[in-house]
Amino acid sequence: MEMGVKMQLTNKSKQVDRKPMTFLESLYLWNIAKGMMITLKHFFRKKPTIQYPEQERPFSKVFRGLHILNRDEEGRERCTACGLCAVACPAEAITMEAAERENGEEHLYREEKYAAKYEINMLRCIFCGYCEEACPKDAIYLSQTFAPANYGRTGFIYKKGDLLIPNPVEDPEGYKKALGDKATK
Amino acid sequence: MYLLAIDWFFIIEKLLLIVCIVTLSMVVAMYSTYGERKVAGFFQDRLGPNRAGPFGLLQPLADAGKLFFKEEIIPLASSKFLFILGPALAMITALLTSAVIPWSTPLQIGDRVVPLQIADINVGILFVFAAVSVGVYGIMIGGWASNNKFSLLAGIRGASQMVSYELPMGLALLGVLLFVGDLRMSSIVQSQIDNGWHVFYQPIGFIVFFVCALAECNRTPFDLPEAESELNFGYHQEYSSMKLGFYLFAEYINMFISCVVMTCLFFGGYDIPFVNEAEWGLHPNLLALIGFAVIMGKSLFFVFVFMWIRWTVPRFRFDQLMNLGWKKLIPLALVNMVISAALILWLKK
Repeated sequence: MEMGVKMQLTNKSKQVDRKPMTFLESLYLWNIAKGMMITLKHFFRKKPTIQYPEQERPFSKVFRGLHILNRDEEGRERCTACGLCAVACPAEAITMEAAERENGEEHLYREEKYAAKYEINMLRCIFCGYCEEACPKDAIYLSQTFAPANYGRTGFIYKKGDLLIPNPVEDPEGYKKALGDKATK
Repeated sequence: MYLLAIDWFFIIEKLLLIVCIVTLSMVVAMYSTYGERKVAGFFQDRLGPNRAGPFGLLQPLADAGKLFFKEEIIPLASSKFLFILGPALAMITALLTSAVIPWSTPLQIGDRVVPLQIADINVGILFVFAAVSVGVYGIMIGGWASNNKFSLLAGIRGASQMVSYELPMGLALLGVLLFVGDLRMSSIVQSQIDNGWHVFYQPIGFIVFFVCALAECNRTPFDLPEAESELNFGYHQEYSSMKLGFYLFAEYINMFISCVVMTCLFFGGYDIPFVNEAEWGLHPNLLALIGFAVIMGKSLFFVFVFMWIRWTVPRFRFDQLMNLGWKKLIPLALVNMVISAALILWLKK
C-alpha cells in the first residue's frame, strides 16, 4: 500500500451526501419511484422457493442423514453388537445390547452375536458419520434422508425396527431404495 | 293514502344495490388481504400463501375463520361501550363512502333505468370526505377506550395525521372541482368522458391526492398509527378476535374505496379511454357491465400500486410525516389550485 492513500475496506464505499434536500427531493417522489422500479424487478424475478413436501431439494452425494442398519444379500443383519460405533460416537447417541444367536436363527443374523437392542437418539446425534467409519462389518451407514419432525422427545429415539433396512429377499425394491448410492460404492 | 304511495320498486332497487355494493366492497377487501400477502411475497422473492385451496385462494376464508374463533377479550380497564364502538365506527364509515360512487352506466330493466349508484347527492365528493373524516373517530375512540398508553399514542398520531392530510387532499381536489363546477360524482365522471381524464389536466393535483390517500388509509409509508416497532401494534393493540378483524378489514375497504374514488376523480371512472363506447350500439346492460369491469380494473390497479408502495418504502418518521404534509404538500396543492383557477378563469372567460 502506498503511503498517503487512505485505506478502504471496499472500493464501493461512497462519501455520504449531507447536503440539505431541495424542495423536489424532499417530496421523495423521484427516489421512491426509483425504489419502486427495483422492487418491481423482484416482482417478476424467478422465486427460489422449493415447495417442500411436493418438491425436494437434491442432497449432495456425501450427505450424511438418518442412519440405516444394513443387511447382507440374504437379508441377515450384519451388526454384531461390537460397540465400536458407540465408542466412536462423539455425541454418545448410540446404545446397544448384545445377544447370542440361538440355533435356528442363522437366517436372521449373520454372525453368532447380534444386537438385541440398538437405539440412536436423533436429538443427540450430530450426523458426523464416525459410526459408519468405525463399523468393521459395514453394518451401519448414514442415508440421504433426515430425521422427520416429531411431537415428543421419545419419538426421536430410533429403535432397531426404525433403523433396519428392508429385507432384500422380501422387499428388494425397498432395500434398493434405502441403500441408495451405497449400492454402487 | 298519500303515505302509501311509495315507489316500492325504487326502494327494492336501492336495497339490492346497497347489498350488492357492500358485498362487493367486503369481497374485494377480503381478497385484497390475500392480494396483499401474495404481492408482498412476490416483491420479496417469495411465493406468498399457496396452501389453502388452489393458489391459496381460500386463504382469506381461513384467516376469517381463525379470527372468528379467537378469544374475545375486552380489557377490564377499558370503557366497554367505546371499546366496541371503535371498530364498529371504523367499519361503518369505511362502507359508507361507497354510497356515492357511480359504478357504471345505468342498467335497463324492463323500461326502468336503474343507475348503478346508491345516491347521486349534490355534495357527492364532500360526502366522501365527511365519511372519511368520521372514520378517524374509529381510530381515536379505539385508542382511547383501550386504556393503554400505546393505543392512546397511536390514536392521537392517527388523528393528527388524518387531519393534516385531509387539508392538502381537499386542496388538491379543488382543481378538479373548479374544472367540473359540480360536486356530484356522476358529473365529475361525465366531465371526464366529455373532456378527457382529469389526471392530464391536474397531474400535480393527482400526485398530492394520491399521497394523501395513502396517508388517509394509514398505509405504509404513513402507517404511523400502527407502527409495530414503536407502538407494539398501535391503536388496535388491545383488540382481539373479530373486533381486530373489523379494524383490519376496514383498512382494506378504505383502501379499495379510496382507489375507486381516485379512479372516479382523475381516471375517468367507468370511461374506456380513446373510444366512444356509446357508438358501439351495444345493449345498455352490456355497456354497464363493461363499464363496471373497467372501473374495477382501474381501481384494482391502484390497489396494486398501494401495495407496491407499501412493500417498497419504509415508514416515515413522525416529524418527516408532518413536514411533508404541512410544508410540502399543502403549498404544492395551494399553488396548483391557484394556477388552475387562474387558467380556468382565463380560458373560460
